[in-house]
Amino acid sequence: MTAFARFLKSLFLLELFKGLSVTGRYFFARKFTLQYPEEKTPLSPRFRGLHALRRYPNGEERCIACKLCEAICPALAITIEAEEREDGTRRTTRYDIDLTKCIFCGFCEESCPVDSIVETHIFEYHGEERGDLYMTKDRLLAVGDKYEAQIAAARKQDAPYR
Amino acid sequence: MVTIEIDGKTLQVPKGSMVIEAADAAGIVIPRFCYHKKLSVAANCRMCLVEVEKAPKPLPACATPVTDGMKVFTRSPLALEAQKSVMEFLLINHPLDCPICDQGGECDLQDLAMGFGKDVSRFTENKRVVPDPDIGPLIATGMTRCIHCTRCVRFGQEIAGIQELGAVGRGEHTRIGTYVARAVTSELSGNVIDLCPVGALTSKPFRFKARAWELTHHAGIAAHDCIGSNIEYHVRRNEVMRVLPRENEAINETWISDRDRFSYPGFYSDDRATRPLIRQGEEWKEVDWETAIAYAAEGLGRVREKYGAERLAALTSPNASVEEGYLLQKLMRALGAHSVDHRLRRLDFRAPDSEPLAPALGMAIADLETLDAALLIGSWTRKDQPLLGHRLRKAALRGARIAALNPLRYEFNFPLSEHLVHAPQILPAQLAAIAKALLVLSGQPAPEGLERLLENVEVHESHRRIATDLFEAERAGVFLGLQAQSLPNLTELRALANVIAEQAGATLGYFSDGANAVGLALAGVLPHRSVGGQAVEKAGHAADAILGGESRGLILHGFEPEFDTANPGATLAALQTADFVVVLNGYDTPAMRRYADVILPVSLVHESGGTFVNAEGTWQTWRGAVRPFAEARPAWKVLWVLGNFLKLDGFEQETVEQVRDELREALGPVVPDPRSPWQAPASLAGQGGELYRIGHLPLYAVDAVVRRSPPLQETTDHIVGALYLNRATADRLGLSEADTVQASQDGHTATLPLVIDEGVPDDCVFIPQGVPGSDSLGAACGPVALQKVTA
Repeated sequence: MTAFARFLKSLFLLELFKGLSVTGRYFFARKFTLQYPEEKTPLSPRFRGLHALRRYPNGEERCIACKLCEAICPALAITIEAEEREDGTRRTTRYDIDLTKCIFCGFCEESCPVDSIVETHIFEYHGEERGDLYMTKDRLLAVGDKYEAQIAAARKQDAPYR
Repeated sequence: MVTIEIDGKTLQVPKGSMVIEAADAAGIVIPRFCYHKKLSVAANCRMCLVEVEKAPKPLPACATPVTDGMKVFTRSPLALEAQKSVMEFLLINHPLDCPICDQGGECDLQDLAMGFGKDVSRFTENKRVVPDPDIGPLIATGMTRCIHCTRCVRFGQEIAGIQELGAVGRGEHTRIGTYVARAVTSELSGNVIDLCPVGALTSKPFRFKARAWELTHHAGIAAHDCIGSNIEYHVRRNEVMRVLPRENEAINETWISDRDRFSYPGFYSDDRATRPLIRQGEEWKEVDWETAIAYAAEGLGRVREKYGAERLAALTSPNASVEEGYLLQKLMRALGAHSVDHRLRRLDFRAPDSEPLAPALGMAIADLETLDAALLIGSWTRKDQPLLGHRLRKAALRGARIAALNPLRYEFNFPLSEHLVHAPQILPAQLAAIAKALLVLSGQPAPEGLERLLENVEVHESHRRIATDLFEAERAGVFLGLQAQSLPNLTELRALANVIAEQAGATLGYFSDGANAVGLALAGVLPHRSVGGQAVEKAGHAADAILGGESRGLILHGFEPEFDTANPGATLAALQTADFVVVLNGYDTPAMRRYADVILPVSLVHESGGTFVNAEGTWQTWRGAVRPFAEARPAWKVLWVLGNFLKLDGFEQETVEQVRDELREALGPVVPDPRSPWQAPASLAGQGGELYRIGHLPLYAVDAVVRRSPPLQETTDHIVGALYLNRATADRLGLSEADTVQASQDGHTATLPLVIDEGVPDDCVFIPQGVPGSDSLGAACGPVALQKVTA
């Protein structure tokens, strides 16, 4: 019986038409291929891309050098040095993230008590030279300044669930 | 002993002890804030509430004495409920600023809140805010965080001996602060940082620099006094970030002095020596180590050929380790030179034979507490060796009668039975008067030649009282302090102190200079004695002669002649004219570049391992906490290589341990005996003069590291270079505070401001040594002339 059924299946190319029917279905279905880089996928507000250091609306940097992100970082990618600033506040003198070490786990962002270190939606970046992927405090603050609107919007969207 | 039960564990504990002590001994954890084993019990934080069987309410474990058959429950529902409630109250006013608080990560309140705190506060009202007073350059305050445990207040009263911090107000309005707005000036003040269970009192030099979890801990030995306090270097990325005490009940208990705690910024001064330098005419050339050592070896060889080995000399600071000292003297003796010394602040080298084997304490440091009477000669123990002062203070509070004989009116933090303040020339006569009174009491025969000396000595009531105290005490001590050891009449003082100690049945001891004077004496860094005090055939020159121009070729290790020698003016002039000077130092200063021919950068105490022998004779070894700075190398290694370059025998050691073992083997079982054989001094009269300089060494000027530590230099304890004299003397000389005055000694001059200080005896002027301003003057103690400078 099984031998007979197998014979019929192969005689009428049943398997072939089965496969072609999938092809045919997708041929007429709505396409979801994106024309990257002209088109992009939507990102979750929790997406973890390039890091940024944020400022308060008055221009003051948020980071207070508590060093929790440095402590939690499983890849030891963050290096912080701190000092008392002239006005007596606790501030970093060095805040470096080595992106070649970073595993984008987002723990730094989670540990931050003042929402200073955040991961933005930027994932298209590259380095041409050694050191280009070593983010210093100035570069991180510059990223934060440039994308503050987007960062704030993502935080606001996610706020009810945090 | 009584039997109690804690959490079902049956324990035997001494009668009269508190429940918390019994629990601590058994390893049962009871949370606490205000209780500290070295302080009195205040029982005001209530965190240690425990349930005791048959007691209606929970009892504080720190203030509940044990009774036989007592049953204690530390984790019962009642005890936990009580502890949690106390925690809730403590957190009411405590700010939630852990991320910016320096205590974060090592905070008792933070840790205990994890175990006993609620995650949500029920307190919705405004939190209390307290302004932060500025209490000096060492301690940062954040008084809003204070939980009123009063440990700092009790520390001030009970340990430091000066009540500087206090609690003002009641209930929520309680505030800890200085009573009058002023700085905390105790020489032990840094310990309140360790005591504070929260972030209210934190270290100012360490402020916001690092977190507790980033630091690796390396055991070390403090290098600024003869106590050898056990310390811990906290290191991050090869940099010492702070220094904390290590507990050692026999030496420093749980405390360390501010000098030991806050000297570390001096390690990172801008003038650290980085690379070996050799002089090329007036220029300095950076070279590699091999070239530099070959150059040094060649230069020393040249001097030896030209003038003979006896014109070669080596000097090391009293802070050098025994390994460094041993190799240095071995190197010099192998070259045929016996002129090695470490007694840089000494003025009196007259009787080398009555020099003790080592300037040791003669007793254990902890035994200072048990003294019934003591006589301090030329010592400001409180500031010179803060922790010895603390032990003496404990003895005094127990009722010991402690007297002092000093050239300046030093302020002590315990009551002295007598404080005799006299000009340095008169001190031997004063001591002789005590000896005379004592001879009457003891009835023993006086050593030969003493009676002749005592003939014209006048005995007053105060001398008799001191003599009686010493004679009647069961345990008595006679101590020669830092100041006495740098006086020009040390020989007389030493001889008389020995007589007094012997007649009174008291222990004789020294509060020696530097961290390792005892070790260096044992290692043979003396011109007339080699290892273990063996006499050498032909004694070399002592420090005064070496620095007085007797030597043509010198090795100077670890000190700055302008600050660390007894006669900086003469020293600098002599070094200027020497043929060849090799400097081994951690710092590279302009002064050094004027007299040196080779500057070899050596590592400082925290970078190289070594051994110090402290005042009581304990050998304490430590290892380097960080890598040496730039191209610096440990001094023992440099001396070892230098020995090899000079083709000397016996320089095969490869590790610092081998050097130490070699010395220990050569030493055998040796006890550093501070007593000296009697040798009658010629007379008691000191060389006088119209005006006499007293050159007390301020506590924050004792060595190069301390002098470079900004926080210590900013304290009010730091004595600045000035002329201090009393009103009567100033009037006699026609001087006033408004004048700028030039002091001159043997052609060495310095222009300094004038300060009126009634603690200075008549016809004396106190000019501190080791500080900028007095670094061009002559002998630290000796005749001086003052002249008004007309602007």
